[in-house]
Amino acid sequence: MNAIPRVTGVLALLATLLSLSVATVPAADEPAIKVGDTFPNFTNFELEGELPKDLKGKLVIVDFWASWCGPCRGTFPLMEDLHRRLGKRGLVIVAVNEDKSRVAMTEFLKQHPVSFTVVRDTKKKLAATINVALLPASYILDGNGKVVSIQGGERTMENRAEFTRLVEDLLEKHITKTP
Amino acid sequence: MKTPFCTTLGLVALAGLSAGCVNVKPWDRDALAHYSMRPDRDPVTLSLREHMWFSREASNGGRSVGGGGCGCN
Repeated sequence: MNAIPRVTGVLALLATLLSLSVATVPAADEPAIKVGDTFPNFTNFELEGELPKDLKGKLVIVDFWASWCGPCRGTFPLMEDLHRRLGKRGLVIVAVNEDKSRVAMTEFLKQHPVSFTVVRDTKKKLAATINVALLPASYILDGNGKVVSIQGGERTMENRAEFTRLVEDLLEKHITKTP
Repeated sequence: MKTPFCTTLGLVALAGLSAGCVNVKPWDRDALAHYSMRPDRDPVTLSLREHMWFSREASNGGRSVGGGGCGCN
């Protein structure tokens, strides 16, 4: 006698749970680092590769990338161009690789050699701490390691004007010229 | 105390449903970015599907292009 109400109840409960589960799909996490925050110290994250000795007083672009990420590959030529042109004015680029395999990274770098620093986030600790929202993502730090800009998405040589202007403005604003 | 059947079933369903809701972090998306995950990875299959779509719907490109399907555009 109670079979039909029970089945109806179960169905109603399942429907409620389903709607709740859809409603509670986790949204994209909030970024852990925002403009104005101090970027964490690189030495705490077991990065593989050699970091520049002194970053103080330099404008640093920390660029998160992976060889499987098409937009990251598209951004590499622009980073190389910026490094070659603005390195003397105090720009340092640290590209943080997020590949699972070291071979994938080295194979890519063999085909696309770059003059800036590339380190590998072997345990993904840095990316997880920063909570990088997308790849590629660039965190631009002033001479004191404070984040002054966060840029995401592909920036290619074709649409380089905006990003280049931003970097030049930040160099002008934050980095004192050496006589 | 006897646990009601509906409560037990509900808890099991909730556990199952909530486990399916995760955000894949950007640095973990290498498998999703693989060539084999692309819908257009096989041109033969793609052209076959387009042909089937055309035969059934009398429209071309309606599978992936906005405005197709009714043949009026």
